[in-house]
Amino acid sequence: MSKTKKQYASPYGKIGDAINELDDRLGIAKGRSLLDKVFPDHWSFMLGEIALYSFIVLLLTGIFLTLYYVPSSSLVTYNGSFMPLVGQKISQAYASSIDLSFSVRGGLLMRQMHHWACDIFVGAILVHMARVFFTGAFRKPRELNWTIGTSLLVLSIAEGFLGYSLPDDLVSGTGIRIAYSIIESIPVVGSYIATFLFGGNFPGTVILGRFFIIHVLLLPLVMLGLVGGHLALLVRQKHTQFPGKGRTETNVVGTPMYPVFMAKTTGFLLVVGGAIALLGAFAEINPIWQFGFYDASRISYAVQPDFYMGFLDGALRIMPAWEFSGFGHTIPLEVFLPSVVFPGIVFALVYAWPGIERKLTGDNELHNLLDRPSLRPKRTAAGATVFALMAILFIASSTDVIANYFKLSLNTVLWDMRILTIIVPLLTYPITLKICREMQFAGAGKRKTTNIVTRTAEGEYVATPAPVYVDDAHHELDALVVPTFVIEGDESHTADAATGVRRAER
Amino acid sequence: MSEHEQRTPVALTGLSADAPHLQPAARRPELVERVITILFAGGIILCLGFGVAYWQNWSSWTLGATMGGGLSLLGIGLIAWGKYLMPRGPFVEERHSLASSEDERTAFAAAIVERGGAVVKRRKVLGGMLGTGLGIFGVVSLFPVVRSLGPMPKGTFFHTDWKKGTYLVDITGRRVNVADLALGSIVTVFPEGMQDTDNGQAVDQTVLIRLSNQDFTTKKGRESWAPMGYVAYSKLCTHLGCPVGLYEQELELLVCPCHQSMFNVANGAMPTFGPAPRPLPQLPLMVDANGYLQSQSDFTEPVGPGFWERRS
Repeated sequence: MSKTKKQYASPYGKIGDAINELDDRLGIAKGRSLLDKVFPDHWSFMLGEIALYSFIVLLLTGIFLTLYYVPSSSLVTYNGSFMPLVGQKISQAYASSIDLSFSVRGGLLMRQMHHWACDIFVGAILVHMARVFFTGAFRKPRELNWTIGTSLLVLSIAEGFLGYSLPDDLVSGTGIRIAYSIIESIPVVGSYIATFLFGGNFPGTVILGRFFIIHVLLLPLVMLGLVGGHLALLVRQKHTQFPGKGRTETNVVGTPMYPVFMAKTTGFLLVVGGAIALLGAFAEINPIWQFGFYDASRISYAVQPDFYMGFLDGALRIMPAWEFSGFGHTIPLEVFLPSVVFPGIVFALVYAWPGIERKLTGDNELHNLLDRPSLRPKRTAAGATVFALMAILFIASSTDVIANYFKLSLNTVLWDMRILTIIVPLLTYPITLKICREMQFAGAGKRKTTNIVTRTAEGEYVATPAPVYVDDAHHELDALVVPTFVIEGDESHTADAATGVRRAER
Repeated sequence: MSEHEQRTPVALTGLSADAPHLQPAARRPELVERVITILFAGGIILCLGFGVAYWQNWSSWTLGATMGGGLSLLGIGLIAWGKYLMPRGPFVEERHSLASSEDERTAFAAAIVERGGAVVKRRKVLGGMLGTGLGIFGVVSLFPVVRSLGPMPKGTFFHTDWKKGTYLVDITGRRVNVADLALGSIVTVFPEGMQDTDNGQAVDQTVLIRLSNQDFTTKKGRESWAPMGYVAYSKLCTHLGCPVGLYEQELELLVCPCHQSMFNVANGAMPTFGPAPRPLPQLPLMVDANGYLQSQSDFTEPVGPGFWERRS
């Protein structure tokens, strides 16, 4: 025992020596404050982590898929293990996607995990964004991170659409056809963009290759950079926290990075990965072999896009057939307004919101403490209105399915959706405002304490609040600075050394 | 007892090791530890199982179940470890202002404005020229990047492969005879020779319907377009270009499954419902001496969705 101890220069043994060597070269010991970094605890702070970890799953499963997928629309005679297609002439893209599903070991699982991870990624971004919006976490100094996050949402939707298009099955091909027509609808430059992008009239021969390289290289690179920037800003500006015991604008109360937060967040990474694997195993998604290969003259019925495209499809459905034509030109407003102008306005509004709110409230202060949504009724109502509009449009993307299922006339459903699209957001605003204002007086959000009910000798029941248990996990102690430990009797460390380290912190 | 356990850790900040902040959050840590041990054991077994499932080429769901279960159990155990067995805290960290001092800001602004100004003032023309050159390069380099991607649209959206005397063939390439279709039935047709091509399937696709009315006119000026009750319309929806793939026989409506636009076959394919703004273009038909159907000409207007250059 004592022999091995002598081999190490540092009193902390092998690890201490390794740290010394690294510090000689990189000065890593100065980064100790990262280990002590405190993360505030709240369940809603985990929503962004879901997005981050599903993004990691997307990268890993995506790398697997690129090893087998062939981005080519040239035709081959299929001769693989999926019997219904044997002998048919299908595109290499579709053939390789079918082979990925049936011949490559673990391929089907990876494909389904990739698709599920995508839906979870976009969904988690939306919910995370809702948290950030309704609690006011986007306010100064975090406007830039709101902008980065919004860009990530836009890019993730684009990535989702591109990836969905790659297998060249009947449903995805129809999606590309619709995208082509939407580009074509843009006044003046639409036809040019469409023929440039697709190398001619739809479908052309180049689009799968172009979508592929954008999907697997270009956008992932941009997104990786944005995710890195998003996290770097989070570390630099430190996380926001809810008001509470000992929490002020100038501190952070929670758990330290090492080891507590690291254990919890790594565990969460594994759980997110595990959950996606279970979904990929048990919940079938995008069964391209049932749809068949893409043939521009065939179409399937009652097929919906992935959920994040739903609002666009719904908007296209409920839009009246108002085409403008005159002066020798045509503007297909029935396409251009719902699928280009409308999402443009919505996302512009989202990007601009921190600025709009600063302007409206005249509030230019730094904010590190979060708002309770009910305490900011107007902001909450505005956000709820946008969400309500998007939700109605999402529902409107299945008018035909609703009409079939409930045995209603398609016309009735369509007109109901048109009316609801206007009425529901208009009602959402005042109702949310009212709910928020009522909640302010109800003491909502306060932790409820246990009541002890006793019966007196006369039979009367009396409720008295229970005393707080000292070791109750919910009973918070006063927060302390993260302690550093040394070995007792280690002469090289003194309290001065510790304070010295602290002084070096930013 | 190992050497490590003999050490007595002391907090430099004066916190003793038995302070409440350093105690695990769990009331019964031994129990939690036992649960985590079980979770981890399960995780190890399932991860091994994943390897076995892969090696043995078991089904996709076995792979996913072992991998997902294994990762989840390890993850849940690790979260429980962090949440219940590590110091309960809470701990606090000061938030230092990111903003610099007034002096630092002034010095920074001075460096940018004054030092920069001293250089640029004397060399305004040079700076302007450099800016112009880079600007020109930026604009000019867009041409090869964007312009080379594909051809100019020109007449792309105005013409199809239908010409005078083109035979109508089905997807297998067989010519369509007037005796082929039962009354009220429908078939997708292509210009002969184009049925296997991308353009044929995507642009030229046409629906041929046989109506019971033998002397059929869909619109004024189209008296000769529908011989013997055969009527042909472009299959591209005028809304977003989906194939108009559904036919409601009794009402004589063509329906687009994408956004439910409906077109009245008997009335020049006028849209009667949904977002489609224009009728489907009609293909003028004729019958040759042997009873085979031919087109009289191309469509008389662009097929498919609307675009800027389309004349009304």
